[in-house]
Amino acid sequence: MSNVDLNNCANCPVHNMGNLKKLGIDMSNFDFVVALAGNPNTGKSTVFNYLTGLRQHTGNWPGKTVARAEGGFEYSEKKFKLVDLPGTYSLLSTSTDEEVARDFILFGQPDVTVIVVDATRIERNLNLVLQILEITDRAVLCLNLMDEARRNGIQVDDRTLSKELGIPIIPTSARQGEGMNELLNAINDVALGKYICKPYRLKTNSAELNTAIAKLSKEIEIEYPGLPNLRWVALRLLEGDQSIIDSIRSGDLGNLKKEIIPNEVEA
Amino acid sequence: MNDNIKRESILAVANNLRWEVGDNLHDTLMESIYENATSIASKVVLYPDKKPAFSLDRTLDKILTSKYLGFPIMFLILAVVFWLTIQGANIPSGLIANLLVDTLHPALKNMANSIGFPWWLSGVLIDGAYLSMAWVISVMLPPMAIFFPIYTLLEDFGYLPRVAFNMDPLYKKVGAHGRQALTMAMGFGCNAAGVVATRVIDSPRERLIAIITNNFSLCNGRWPTQILIATIFIGGAAPAYLAGIVSAAAVVFIAVLGIVFSLLVSWGLSRTLLKGEASAFSLELPPYRPPRILQTLYTSLISRTIFVLWRAIVFAVPAGMVIWLVANINIDGVSVANHFINWSNPFAFIFGLNGIILLAYIIAIPANEIVIPTVLMLTVAKLGMMSVGAGSGVMFELDSVTDTAAILQAGGWTLLTGINLMLFSLLHNPCSTTIFTIYKETKSVKWTVISTLLPIAMGFTITFFVTQIWRLIF
Repeated sequence: MSNVDLNNCANCPVHNMGNLKKLGIDMSNFDFVVALAGNPNTGKSTVFNYLTGLRQHTGNWPGKTVARAEGGFEYSEKKFKLVDLPGTYSLLSTSTDEEVARDFILFGQPDVTVIVVDATRIERNLNLVLQILEITDRAVLCLNLMDEARRNGIQVDDRTLSKELGIPIIPTSARQGEGMNELLNAINDVALGKYICKPYRLKTNSAELNTAIAKLSKEIEIEYPGLPNLRWVALRLLEGDQSIIDSIRSGDLGNLKKEIIPNEVEA
Repeated sequence: MNDNIKRESILAVANNLRWEVGDNLHDTLMESIYENATSIASKVVLYPDKKPAFSLDRTLDKILTSKYLGFPIMFLILAVVFWLTIQGANIPSGLIANLLVDTLHPALKNMANSIGFPWWLSGVLIDGAYLSMAWVISVMLPPMAIFFPIYTLLEDFGYLPRVAFNMDPLYKKVGAHGRQALTMAMGFGCNAAGVVATRVIDSPRERLIAIITNNFSLCNGRWPTQILIATIFIGGAAPAYLAGIVSAAAVVFIAVLGIVFSLLVSWGLSRTLLKGEASAFSLELPPYRPPRILQTLYTSLISRTIFVLWRAIVFAVPAGMVIWLVANINIDGVSVANHFINWSNPFAFIFGLNGIILLAYIIAIPANEIVIPTVLMLTVAKLGMMSVGAGSGVMFELDSVTDTAAILQAGGWTLLTGINLMLFSLLHNPCSTTIFTIYKETKSVKWTVISTLLPIAMGFTITFFVTQIWRLIF
């Protein structure tokens, strides 16, 4: 993911921007679903427009995207459906825009979740990143607004960050199209399973909480074996999240693992 | 059934465990998230010793959101935007009208005649549908092509969240959500978009308030009406060298009045139908970003201007047909339009309006954009101004604002009519798209009806008082 790759791989076909075909709203027969998540006003829609060739209106204000927008692109002969989610600070509260984002990451089961992060506000953005990594195993962190970070003299050690979080970190400036090559590559690698993420899991100091999560996870696993985000579901149940309670009652929770199977077969 | 038992047992286990972990689970969890985030960030981020670039942002914010300067600057920026729009739109408007109406319309008419169209067919298609479309383009396109790019540049730069920041304390005071300031700002573009934007408000009570009051943000369908009427009647009453500034100030006044109404109505709702306290939220002020001029011009022209123009045309075409028909179908020798106008005139007089304006607002329910073209066309039809138009129900050429003014004055319009039309344009039912959006968002007939009727009731009340007081004084 570093600059060294960029120089050496100039002839590599995977590294060629010509491989990107912007499909706009044509999303037929896609191979993978990619979700774009992140804090408000970090440039999700800019990334979305860049990759799909669509012109979702972007604006310099938090909360511009309230519903999800979808578009498509093709990269190295695979078709991707890209879903632009509303920006949120957390996945733990209950406003409609946060629910749209959370439900999609949880129930829509994207093959890759791209978390767009404002490089000038990493610490605050990490709160959401950590919550997303509790839900999904396959994520790429797009460290956006690198131009602003540079202008402000902020330095980010993206390699260490990648080691800490266990997912690829791609520094970008989506407005200038900088780093989009590398981002596409990383999405592709994670989607195809070439890069296996080892997502960071929250460490809590509360012993009671840890035992409670372990106990409840075991219970849930008996009824819903193979659930990818067991710990998180347990945590939400402990908090009394009504939509999770409902999905346990109705059995919708069990669909989570079934949905991803056809995609994996195609891949 | 077996499944159900197992599932309920999971929930029961969860309930028991919830007692064990205690009720501060959410806090414990949030704390761990923050701690984890801080510890990771401290390993990977290196901040500079000094923060010179931030200081520019801070200085700007100190000025733009200052207690004393914040609002005056806001009004000043608004006024400059309208002044530019008013000054810039007149000439291209004339040019487009020249091409579409003066040149193309007779050509089309001749062509239709030479092919042998019956008079009513060429009337409905060319004098009705085509002319109303040509009209909408020449009235709407120039102001939009100037207004939207400037608005988008301001948005791109990051000014809108500052507006919201300035407005936030006011909304809080009236018992509404601070984010309503943001949705209100969105409403200045399009009320339907503003209503959708209220999804960022998590409390249903405050969201309803924001939805109901969004209509008080003048939408882009109504800006041209405000600008045109302000130019003719308010600017016309001022000395020539002040005309531009005075008309811009009048439009700002109406826009600010809209904000005042949205605050008043929010206050009223949060004390009656939608009682409750304002909830807290955090408003993030994004960094100022140098706008990308070319890209902004492109997106605002393509996605906003063309989109809104297209919508106006789509609604103007059938409306043009309706106008032609009501002006040409006669009952007892008087056209349907005149029947309605004569019948409603005494009623409209109380509110300082006239029957033509009322009929225009009924025909223009689908889209606010076509109110002015409809008003003008009906005036001509009513007066039988053959010399200007090509007959009843024909929208005529208007090369300039002066001609429009001449028509309206011939129709008996006064400064009072102009002022009342501006007020009524601010305070009347939302367009059909917005009404439908409100229904989709609230899923409630009751709130949709309230959102639709409340502004009309207010519009009639305000114009009534303005008219009565005006007539007492003058």
